[in-house]
Amino acid sequence: MPRLKRRFNRMSHLFLPLSVLVVLLIINLVKGADYFKITLINGVLYGNIPNILFGASELVILSIGMTLVTAASRGQDISIGESGAISSAIFVQYVLRAGNVTVWTILAGFLISCLAGMVIGAFNGTLVSFFNVQPMVATLILFLGGRSIAFIIDGKVSPILANPISNQIGTVIPGVPIQTPIILTAVFIALVVVVLKTTNLRLYVESVGVNPSAARLNGINPKKVIFLTFLIMGVCSAVAGFIAVNKAGRHDSVNLLKFIMMDAILAVALGGNSLAGGKFSITGSIIGAYTIEVLNRTLLRLEVNPEAIKAFKAVFIIVLMIIASPVVSAYAGKLLDRIKGITTGYSPGQEVAVSAVDSSAKKEK
Amino acid sequence: MGPLNKGKPKTRMSNSTLLFIIAGIILILMYGIALISFPVSFRQFQTFFDFFNLNAALFIVTLGMCIVMIGGGIDISVGAVCGLVTMACALLLETGAGNIWGALFLSLGIGLAFGLMHGFLIAYLEIQPFIITLGGMFLAQGLLTTLHKEPLNVTKPAFVALRRYTIEIPWLGTVNRLGVFIPSEIKPSVFVVAALVVLYAILMKWSRFGRNLYAVGGNRQSARMLGINVKRTIFLSYVICGLTAGLSGFIFLLTTGAGNIGNGSLYEIKAIAANVMGGVMLSGGVGNLLGAPIGTLTLLTINELIRAAGVQSNLQAIVSGLLLYIFIVLQSIIMALRERRQFSLALPPWLRPPRAQDQKTAEDQR
Repeated sequence: MPRLKRRFNRMSHLFLPLSVLVVLLIINLVKGADYFKITLINGVLYGNIPNILFGASELVILSIGMTLVTAASRGQDISIGESGAISSAIFVQYVLRAGNVTVWTILAGFLISCLAGMVIGAFNGTLVSFFNVQPMVATLILFLGGRSIAFIIDGKVSPILANPISNQIGTVIPGVPIQTPIILTAVFIALVVVVLKTTNLRLYVESVGVNPSAARLNGINPKKVIFLTFLIMGVCSAVAGFIAVNKAGRHDSVNLLKFIMMDAILAVALGGNSLAGGKFSITGSIIGAYTIEVLNRTLLRLEVNPEAIKAFKAVFIIVLMIIASPVVSAYAGKLLDRIKGITTGYSPGQEVAVSAVDSSAKKEK
Repeated sequence: MGPLNKGKPKTRMSNSTLLFIIAGIILILMYGIALISFPVSFRQFQTFFDFFNLNAALFIVTLGMCIVMIGGGIDISVGAVCGLVTMACALLLETGAGNIWGALFLSLGIGLAFGLMHGFLIAYLEIQPFIITLGGMFLAQGLLTTLHKEPLNVTKPAFVALRRYTIEIPWLGTVNRLGVFIPSEIKPSVFVVAALVVLYAILMKWSRFGRNLYAVGGNRQSARMLGINVKRTIFLSYVICGLTAGLSGFIFLLTTGAGNIGNGSLYEIKAIAANVMGGVMLSGGVGNLLGAPIGTLTLLTINELIRAAGVQSNLQAIVSGLLLYIFIVLQSIIMALRERRQFSLALPPWLRPPRAQDQKTAEDQR
């Protein structure tokens, strides 16, 4: 029993994102009972759940990277969309110049784009770790100039990626019942889990985020760790850009992954992570990312006026953050204690009085 | 011969002052480069005044953001609030329901509402400012699109008259090619900017609130131990920022004369960049309020310089990013050197006048 309780305590930070997800799903079920219905069309699963998993794939990958960056550097990277646009532009150019497109071309292009993402991550990471610039200011540079760089790499307005393999990566591979971006996301999550389980990355990142100078005294170089998280962020944005460009089938340097950093930061916060660094939970961020996608689709499903969707989203976010805020949760805890006291027959006030009497009696002795 | 500086002992220059001086030097440098490379346009006074005439709203937004940043927070909703106010005021003036004063009060009211919401949630419920102001940004954008989607031109005669009103400075101006003297023109909104700069500078420098805000931004824990009401200080900073953002929307409408969905977009990013250039740090507690207008001027000068140089429109963003990069790196290097005490603005020892102490020790040695 205590083991179970400990386990529950460890998972307690997931309570908020999970409960939100459940509430949203219940709203959807009330709207229409066939919400979970999955149909098989041409050997591929379609339905609301696969659509959510499909739509949120880039956001999930980016929010993983954002969690690490937030935890280590105590700030956010706001250039992830631009970074994804640049690396995917390089990927598209490589594939278009290759002529005969095979699986190996795509793979090579993907690796090159990952390299480009790492270069971008190194640029941001150098500024943050070695020049001690706040992350948001450091990534502001690429946020301002990144889309123009992607446009110059493109050379012309939105080059089209018309080859069967990209199409299959963006939609489905024949014979596989699940859409490819979902599989790619699952593989990526699995990779991250393996890395976190087998290496000391989590320990290092958390210790740097909690207290950089204490981490340095214990032999961890905070600069290197922060730099590493930005490199990982670069790879994440490259993968997200790869998926996004294959989904879209063309590279639109202006609108690809536009303003996704807001959603990614929101996913990190929804997952119960502090935006001021320290301990982090990748699971929470992933659930947060899916929650955002479910929220977007729920608002569409409830036939909210498309102009007002953003306002509804804002109200939802604000209400959620109020519920999750430390002050409200402390107050709720107090209230819960009082209710418990009433049901069990005595209030905490009485207990205090009794103990005071006890102590005075002891003094008299 | 007595000591030269007999007055109060000199203290070490604060980070705020140092960064402010650097920002000022950079601005003078940038404007100097602009003067040398494009003398025809930049030597006109009108070019300088146009920075203020056309970007008065950005100046005002930056001032509000500066106060929040000094308190160690961030408000990314300012651009969206500015856009929402322009549309709401345009709608009010166009439907004929209100006059200009009504529009002004509406703008301040919207700003105040957002400021109160952000301030209460961030200060008293201790929620992370980034997320709450992100929610405020989404809310303002959503309300804006709900109100009206198409661009809305204000045609109310009184408003158009106010919009067209310019003040000529007869003794400043340029002679054009035909030999006709053209005096410089200033819009009324420039005076609003100037008044706000003076007001906020006084507020931050001499009022109790301003001093408290610096203390809270520098270290919240020690500010609380000093007996400062941390929550109220942060609350007030967000209220002021919201009010300022609302006012900036009215000024924006006064500049462009139309409510539009794209109004004030990316102002939050521009305001943060301008403040960083002006020596206000995002971590809080460091920065001079006068740095905000100086940073904005630097940003605008750089943009104007790039535009005048005829750089391809795609390269403009890259070049301005690069300049920002150089500036940020320079700032951080100076701060790092200062921490190692290798950087000082004082004269080298062999140029310094002999101090009283040195003389005393010399006499003792004798």
